[in-house]
Amino acid sequence: MSAAIETSAPSAPARRARNRALARFVRHRLALFGLGAIIVLVLLCAIGPYLWIYNDLHIDIRHRFAEPFMGAHILGTDALGRDLFARLMSAGQVSLTVGFAAMAISTVVGTLVGTVAGYFGGAIGSALMRFVDAVLCFPSIFLLLALAAFVQPSLFSITLVIAATAWMEVARVVEAQIRSLRERDFALAARVLGASDAHIMFRELLPNAIAPIVVASTLNVARAILLEAYVSFLGYGIQPPTPSWGNMLNNAQEYLVTAPWLALLPGLFIILAVTGFNFVGDGLRDALDPRLDIT
Amino acid sequence: MSETPLLSVRGLRKHFPITGGVLAREVARVHAVDGVSFDIAEGETLGLVGESGCGKSTTGRCILRLIEPSGGEVLFRGQDVTRLDRKALRALRRDMQIIFQDPFASLNPRHTVGGIIGEALEIHNLGKNRAEREARIVELLETVGLRPDHMRRFPHEFSGGQRQRIGIARALAVEPRLIICDEPVSALDVSIQAQVINLLEDLQERFNLTYLFIAHDLSVVEHISDRVAVMYLGRVMEIAPSRELYDNPRHPYTEALLSAVPIPDPRIKRKRIMLQGDVPSPINPPTGCHFHPRCPIAEKHCSQEAPSLRETSPGHWVSCHVRG
Repeated sequence: MSAAIETSAPSAPARRARNRALARFVRHRLALFGLGAIIVLVLLCAIGPYLWIYNDLHIDIRHRFAEPFMGAHILGTDALGRDLFARLMSAGQVSLTVGFAAMAISTVVGTLVGTVAGYFGGAIGSALMRFVDAVLCFPSIFLLLALAAFVQPSLFSITLVIAATAWMEVARVVEAQIRSLRERDFALAARVLGASDAHIMFRELLPNAIAPIVVASTLNVARAILLEAYVSFLGYGIQPPTPSWGNMLNNAQEYLVTAPWLALLPGLFIILAVTGFNFVGDGLRDALDPRLDIT
Repeated sequence: MSETPLLSVRGLRKHFPITGGVLAREVARVHAVDGVSFDIAEGETLGLVGESGCGKSTTGRCILRLIEPSGGEVLFRGQDVTRLDRKALRALRRDMQIIFQDPFASLNPRHTVGGIIGEALEIHNLGKNRAEREARIVELLETVGLRPDHMRRFPHEFSGGQRQRIGIARALAVEPRLIICDEPVSALDVSIQAQVINLLEDLQERFNLTYLFIAHDLSVVEHISDRVAVMYLGRVMEIAPSRELYDNPRHPYTEALLSAVPIPDPRIKRKRIMLQGDVPSPINPPTGCHFHPRCPIAEKHCSQEAPSLRETSPGHWVSCHVRG
C-alpha cells in the first residue's frame, strides 16, 4: 500500500488554493497589463536583436537623425546614424539583465539577513537590523554614485552596486515575518522534535514567508531598472558603446530639441518596464495576501 | 510510588523580566512560575489545573525547555533536564513530546501531513529509507484513527479534531515516554473532545505513556487523570489522587474551583463559593500565601509566611497554613 503512494502530486484542494490566488491576480487589470508589458519587453529584447535587420552598433552615416516612421529605420536613428530600434532592444537586454540579476542578489541577501535576524533576535538580530537601518539612511542615489565612482563600471559591478542598495527592504519584510512565525506552535513543535536552527529557519518558517518576499522582489526589479537608468544617465553606469536605456537618455540630452525621439523612446521603455513591474508587484501583493487565505 | 518517578519537578521557577526605558533595564518581573514541585510516575497521568495565567503552560514549556527556566530542577529519569547541553537535549527530545492546544497553529500550513510526521522520523534518523518511513507514517496515521491517503493532504483540509490527531501522530512518531498535553481539547467541540480524550487514553494503555495533562476544565481532568495538581498564581496549592481531590478538597481555592463545575442535574442544589476580588498580578504577587487576599479562611500569619506543601493524608498534599 505504502509503496504505491506518490508524494509529489499536490492534492485537489491545494490546487484550489493556488487557483484562488491566481483568480485574484487575474481580476487585477493593471497587474495583467503590467505582466503583458513585461512579457512583450522581455521577448522583444531577447529575440528582437537577432531578427531585426540592423545591428545596434552599425553606423549608417548617410541617415543620421532619421525621423521615426519615415524610412527603413523604423524608430529613426541617432547622431551617428545607428538604428534606434536595434539599440533600444539591446539596451533592454542590458537593463533587464541588470534588473533581474540585482533583484536575485538582493533577494537572497535580504532573505538571509532577515531570516537570521528574525529567528535569533536578541543581540544578533538587533545588530543586523540596526545595520540595515544604517544602510537605509544613506540616500541610495548618492550611495550608488559614490560606489560607482570607486569601482570600474561594468555590467557585473553595476549589478552588485545596485543590489547593495536594494536588499534592505527585503531584509526588513522577512525579519518581521520570521519574528512572528517563530513563536507559532508549529515552530515550537519542530524544536521539541529536536530540529536544528537551520532546519526550522529554512524548512519551517521561510516557506511561510514566500508571499511578501515575492512581492518585495518584484518591486525590486523595477527599482533596479530605474537605478541603472539613473547611474547610466549620469555617466557612471553602463559605458558606451554598449547601450542601456539610461545612457541612451544621456546621449539624447544635446538633441532634445532637434531630435526629441532619441529621449522619448528610451524614456518610454523605462516607464513601461518600471510601471509594468510595479503593477505586477501590487497585483501579487493582493493575490498572495495571506489574510485572504485564512479559512 | 516507591520507585523513582519518571519526571520529577523540584522548585521550578520562571520569571519574565519586564524591561523599560532606552537602556532596556529590568523594571519588574512577572513571576509566572514560582516554585512548583511535583512527581509523575511512569504510566501515570497528572492533571494540572488552574485558571488562565496561573503558569500551567509555562510550567509545561519549562519542562521541555521551550522556555528556559529561571531556577529549580527538572529531573527526567534522574537526569536534570535544565543542565543539558544542546546535544544531550536533542537526544532527550525523543523521550518528551508535546501536544498543543490550538490545532490550527501547531501544524505547518506549507507541509503535507506526511511531511509533518515524516519530519520527526527524519530528524531522529528513524527508518532506513523512504519506503520504511512512509510505512511508519501510514502506521501512525492508522494508530490515531486517520486514513493512509491523508498523508498527501495539507493541514487546512482537515477539521479541528482531525488536526489534533495529526498533532498526536507527530508526537508519537519518536516513541516518547512522556507527553505534555497542553490543553489538547480546549479548542475542540465538546463532541470531539470525548473522542480525542478516549484516543489519548487508548494510546496511554497501548504504549505505556506518561501524561502531564494541562487543562482548565476540571471535568475533563477528572476523567483522564490519576492525580491532579491545582495551581494558583505560579504555585501548586494542592496535589491529590483524582477521586480524593474531587470528593475531599482541602485547600479553600480548590473548594472554590470545584464549586464552579456545573452538575448536569438541575435538581441538585449546591453552595457556590464566590471568591472576592480578582487574581492579583503576577508582577507583584501577594506576600506569604499567594491566595490569602481572596481566602475566606485566611489568618494573620497567612500574609507573612508562604506555606509549603504538607501531606495531610497518604498522597494528599496541601499548601495551606490553616488546613494543612
